[in-house]
Amino acid sequence: MKRKSFWIAGIAAALGLASVGAGVGTAAEPLKMAFVYVGPVGDGGWTFAHDLGRKTLEKNLGSKVQTSYVENVPEGQDAERVIRDLATKGNKMIFTTSFGYMEQTLKVAKSFPKVEFYHATGFKSAPNVTIYNTRMYEPAYLAGIIAGHMTKSGKLGFVASFPIPEVVRNINAYTMGARTVKPNITTKVVWISTWYDPSKERQAAETLIGQGADVLLQNTDSSATLQTSQDKGVYAFGWDSDMTAYAPKAHLASCIEVWGGYYTKAAEAELAGKPLHQTVWGGIKEGMNDLVSLNSVIPDEARKQVAAKKADMASGKFMVFTGPIKLQDGSVKLPAGKSLTDKEIDSINYYVEGVEGQLPGK
Amino acid sequence: MNFSVTPLVASALAAAIPLVIAALGELVTERSGVLNLGLEGLMLMGALASFVAVAHGGGLAVSLLCGVLAGVAGALVFAVIAITLQGNQVATGLSLTILGTGVSAFAGRQYVGFRAPTAFSDWPIPVLGKLPIVGPFFSMNALGYFAVVALFLISAFLYRTRSGLELRSVGESPSVARSLGLHVTRTRYLATLFGGGMAGLAGCYYAVAQFKMWQDGLTSGNGWIALALVVFASWRPPRVALGALLFGGVSALGLWLQTVGIPVSTFALASLPYLATVVVLVTISADQQALRRYAPASLGKPFFDGD
Amino acid sequence: MMGFELKRRAAPSRLMKVLCPVQAIALTILIGLGIFAALGQDPLRAFYHFFIAPVSTANGVSELLLKASPLCLIGLGLAISYRANVWNIGAEGQMYLGGIFATGIAIHFQQSWGAATLPAMVIAGAVGGMLWASLTAVCRAQLHANEILVSLMLTYVANLLIKYLVFGPWQDPNANNFPLTVNFDDNALFPLLASFGWDWLEGTRLNVSIFITLVAIPLAWFFAERTFPGFQLMVGGLAPAAARYAGYSDKRAVWIAMLIGGAAAGLAGVSEVAGPIGQLNDRWAPQYGFTAIIVATLARLHPLGVPLAALLMALLYLGGETVQIELQLPQAISFVFQGLLLMFLLGSEVLVHYRIRRTRTAARASVPAAV
Repeated sequence: MKRKSFWIAGIAAALGLASVGAGVGTAAEPLKMAFVYVGPVGDGGWTFAHDLGRKTLEKNLGSKVQTSYVENVPEGQDAERVIRDLATKGNKMIFTTSFGYMEQTLKVAKSFPKVEFYHATGFKSAPNVTIYNTRMYEPAYLAGIIAGHMTKSGKLGFVASFPIPEVVRNINAYTMGARTVKPNITTKVVWISTWYDPSKERQAAETLIGQGADVLLQNTDSSATLQTSQDKGVYAFGWDSDMTAYAPKAHLASCIEVWGGYYTKAAEAELAGKPLHQTVWGGIKEGMNDLVSLNSVIPDEARKQVAAKKADMASGKFMVFTGPIKLQDGSVKLPAGKSLTDKEIDSINYYVEGVEGQLPGK
Repeated sequence: MNFSVTPLVASALAAAIPLVIAALGELVTERSGVLNLGLEGLMLMGALASFVAVAHGGGLAVSLLCGVLAGVAGALVFAVIAITLQGNQVATGLSLTILGTGVSAFAGRQYVGFRAPTAFSDWPIPVLGKLPIVGPFFSMNALGYFAVVALFLISAFLYRTRSGLELRSVGESPSVARSLGLHVTRTRYLATLFGGGMAGLAGCYYAVAQFKMWQDGLTSGNGWIALALVVFASWRPPRVALGALLFGGVSALGLWLQTVGIPVSTFALASLPYLATVVVLVTISADQQALRRYAPASLGKPFFDGD
Repeated sequence: MMGFELKRRAAPSRLMKVLCPVQAIALTILIGLGIFAALGQDPLRAFYHFFIAPVSTANGVSELLLKASPLCLIGLGLAISYRANVWNIGAEGQMYLGGIFATGIAIHFQQSWGAATLPAMVIAGAVGGMLWASLTAVCRAQLHANEILVSLMLTYVANLLIKYLVFGPWQDPNANNFPLTVNFDDNALFPLLASFGWDWLEGTRLNVSIFITLVAIPLAWFFAERTFPGFQLMVGGLAPAAARYAGYSDKRAVWIAMLIGGAAAGLAGVSEVAGPIGQLNDRWAPQYGFTAIIVATLARLHPLGVPLAALLMALLYLGGETVQIELQLPQAISFVFQGLLLMFLLGSEVLVHYRIRRTRTAARASVPAAV
């Protein structure tokens, strides 16, 4: 008797295990994923790019996932509530797409150990909080190369938001890229103390152009810089999304973020039972950003140079922050042959040679 | 480093024109005793309406009209509640801002991402347009010239016409005005709708003249600056222009100072336009009588125009 | 010609005082039904998620109170100020200064002052708000400049001051050069109510700072309705000439009104940075100072109406969030809905003081001009 029941139990257990295994293979319910946006999806900028990524994810995985988003979530105490709400409502993956959600994400993650949180552009992680970011300084570098070819005055301009490392390294990369073409190029920077304010962005662009800058890059969220550049007959680049349509004559190229691939990978990993926990800081190589829509006026020589550098970035042969890197006074910050570590890049707080002016707050 | 005043003036002027248009409209409204805090919402609605017009192939005149009508429509809603139904003007205006922001953001979603097919271009006056310093005043676009004309017309209206006097009396003392046979409600309605139309026009400037696009929150808080300018101007039109130019000019100056390497915090420089406005206001308010003389006495107070 | 006109009532209708909000809500529901239906949403579901769902859990109620508390606090200060006709539009900036002062204490002294840190922060917050408000008070009382403009401009300056501090001297050295201060230690944070062992508050964010608001409500009422300075402020606002004749100092009224408003806003600032946020950063701009203007005026400047108005505004806010999460309704629609509801509320109050009558005459006979 005992042996029979033992065998029956064993077979039942095996059948049970098999059915569990089968269940893992076929997703009964779609994976619920939620996105927390700091701006409106229609901003044509940062949030727009994330939402494009979300839509790509939906296209790639179809009925396996069910996505939703909340837009215009302020980065204060409201964010914690929103994130917590999303977690209680069955979302298994929550993406908080702005730096200002860092503490809130961490707090909520503590209460929901089974939910996977992904925080963009932050620097604090946890067992269920994964950091992801994109190396926008790579397309900024490529834009610099183009700028180097297109500038007549040898002066570049940068409309900047706040002196955080993310913006500083983009300014540096832009300048470094341009100097590979013309070693004496200088970059002027104007800080407008906001991420989005078309009126201020316009005035900043006017100021830079008035100082002789004829190729502008921005780290802000509207296309005012492009519009102003076209009005004044100089060039500029788009940022976050393809901004050709705003100023076809002035637009040289756009530095865009591409999130769809990462979102798809993260979802697939979760579906397979092995969520991504590694901090991801991807660039051209991982397909997480790009330089697109190059203007036809850009000469072939410039295009070839950009394509070559892009290929080098993709293969890992070239890293932007490789020595020699010189500070504004000409002293060598990083000797040839060495590269900045990711931590150093993530906390960079100095200008490189060629950038004019003083970094605010230092 | 190069410093020439002319680009600074041009930059200040470009920022000042929509502020002047919106502030002049609000000035007329406030002179009749009505405080409309919904300017930001009205400007956004006007901006979207005029952008939609050009996006669908309309010409500049049509887009102007659409912008004005959108502003008037919003102001009408406000007027019914604040004037006829005597709802608290401060709260109603703020609610209008919320409403206008929401309506424009929602209706504008499919109009994001491209440039206006047509836009106002500059009409420089030969010779005068090239003068140093004052040149920019002679190479504005149609709306810029309109702002200048409006400045003179509104001044003349307020101080040299009978209707203007009536408007001002309504704003000072509606009960006395009423007893003199003036139609208080109608005057206030007209003044409010006019203010709304001007706000819509200012919005049109942002969408079809300056930025040639639509985006959520395109006016980025300039409606509040326009409101502040009316107070700054002590409700007198010429000072509106002074205030707008001061604000736009100091903003541009602060940005320029960044590029010449002055070791002052960029945040301190960014606060200059706000501080300058306060300092100038304090200076010109030194005359204690002025404060009492120029604020419309019945501003913000509801008036029951019946028995 | 048929028309409608308003006729003033002999006395405010008490029935209408109760009915008005009901009418407004009914109107909003009607229009809202139309909007939601036009968007392809089930209107009843939308309403449920807007008004009921946010407060249907203990956590929801806690969040409602958490949001309403600073709105109420600032609203009380503004109600008193507006009664005196002192139009403080800069409560947001005064709130920022409260947060700044509290942060200053926290990051410099939280290691050494132990349990005294938090009370010091609360006092510092009130002081900070009052300090900022006094700038406006000087400009209005002593220098005769309009307080609307000065207080509004100073709000922008206060915001930039925060940025200067967190990008510069107060930046956490371990924050990778991001604009943050260090996180506050426990002795510099308001304790959570949940930590006192009340089960039903488990997991909620409501903290001790709500008691500041709860105490402020009766205090504000008492000051406004039962004290002589409160009376003076009110008279000064309603009939300035009479007040001057009675010898009430205009300057003193301005100072008292601004300082009260500033203190209230400053306290709200502490409750945020020492509460759910736990640090100072460059993203803190909750707009409470401006929403509180609506709160104060919705409450008709009555201190006992302010908490109700604050709860309503907080609910509207939470509801807008919930319909985004549950129904994927664009946030802009919430704004439209909120704006409409507020306008209906404001417009419906007319029936308290007036009744609607049909008129049969053509235009009202024009009154002959006085000769």
